Amino acid sequence: MDVTTNPSSDARTRLPRFTRAERYLHRIVAALTFVLLATAAALYFPDISVLVGNRPLVSDIHVIAGFVLPIPIVLALFSRAFRNDADLLNRFSPDDWRWLRARDRRSGRIPVGKFNAGQKLNSAFTLGWILVMLATGSVMFFSSLFPDDIRTGATFVHDWLTLAIFVVVVGHIYMAMNDAEARVGMRTGEVSAEWAEREHPQWANEQHNR
Amino acid sequence: MTWSADSASPVSTTTPPRRQGSPVGRRVVLGMLGVGAVGVLIGRPAQEALQSTVSATVPGLGAIVPAAGGFRIYTVTGGYPSMDPAAYRLEIGGKVTRNLSLSMQDIAALPQTQMTKDFQCVTGWRVDDVPWSGVLLRDILIAAGADSSATALRFWSFDGAYTESLTMAQSLRDDVLVATTMYGEPLTREHGGPVRMYVAPMYGYKSIKWLSRIDVVDDVIPGYWEVRGYDIDAWVGASNGRNDEPIV
Repeated sequence: MDVTTNPSSDARTRLPRFTRAERYLHRIVAALTFVLLATAAALYFPDISVLVGNRPLVSDIHVIAGFVLPIPIVLALFSRAFRNDADLLNRFSPDDWRWLRARDRRSGRIPVGKFNAGQKLNSAFTLGWILVMLATGSVMFFSSLFPDDIRTGATFVHDWLTLAIFVVVVGHIYMAMNDAEARVGMRTGEVSAEWAEREHPQWANEQHNR
Repeated sequence: MTWSADSASPVSTTTPPRRQGSPVGRRVVLGMLGVGAVGVLIGRPAQEALQSTVSATVPGLGAIVPAAGGFRIYTVTGGYPSMDPAAYRLEIGGKVTRNLSLSMQDIAALPQTQMTKDFQCVTGWRVDDVPWSGVLLRDILIAAGADSSATALRFWSFDGAYTESLTMAQSLRDDVLVATTMYGEPLTREHGGPVRMYVAPMYGYKSIKWLSRIDVVDDVIPGYWEVRGYDIDAWVGASNGRNDEPIV
């Protein structure tokens, strides 16, 4: 196969991937997540606590960032592009299950649409943790309204889920570090057709057929 | 490979998957909410079971990951005060026959008491079986000649903000310690070193860190957290609306 005969493989061909609203949403959620994890570390790990000090201030920042986090996501629902992408992320095809199980999931053998199954799971996990952390964090913040066992239980969930979030966020950043064009897509909203054909061939094909 | 719709390539034979496929994302989110709710309901026994398992298998992990059974380090000021043990003095004053200014050596020369007991925070976490040592508050009051008619004590922290209180009767208990070591080591800065109170039967906020001064007084003067709504008599399991297991 000769890629030069493929018009969409021209390195200059750009495909629109994310709207401005989606890119801002990603950036705001990323920034708030970073603030939450950094303040969490300063509140939680004794060595970092001592280094940072200012516990009441750090605690206030953590609580405010936590309560603010859902707002941009709710606002993003006004964006049709976001709603469409959220629907794509929600839906699993049989190919997605095959993709997750396959060793050669990057070979292109299994069709991949706008989002691969890993991205779908990551987005679901992200929405899930935001809701669970909001709920358990609210119990911890309005602790006088809840009985002991519920407060302790909420702290238990909040603590251990934090570690899972940290691992997944680090994994997400690691994947992005290894894919410069994916980062360009999130920064500019456009990706090269060549990248799309390699990583998301089914989506690239749809874009081309428009 | 071409981009035409009639290509044999698998990428072009499938239609866009919109509104197709199972809503796995929604199931993941609902599943997490369900697991989270169960976690909240069983969290208290689960935390206790996890804590004892972790401390039995990986001792010391709690010092790094508090959820594994360690202390959470609180301070009410902008920092964690630091004090050179060589320059440290514990002042005892108020209604005493001898005002004392005890160096670390002076404190070490008083009768030493050890106890291994839990530390329970009013916010819910508990550290099991902490070995403490130091001087019973009672022995310090005897050394200073505290007035037997005085009814209360006031404690000051060198962090400049924290204060605490006890009644005289509480102060004379044999589980109320002016602590200088924890886990067999000198108290570290974050744990309130070089000297802190350890009021075993009460919630942690009574165990004032970075202790600098004790006054024997006639009235209980509510301390830092007590003017902020916490109970003055802070018995574990019988105050602050909590039902924790008492510390014996």
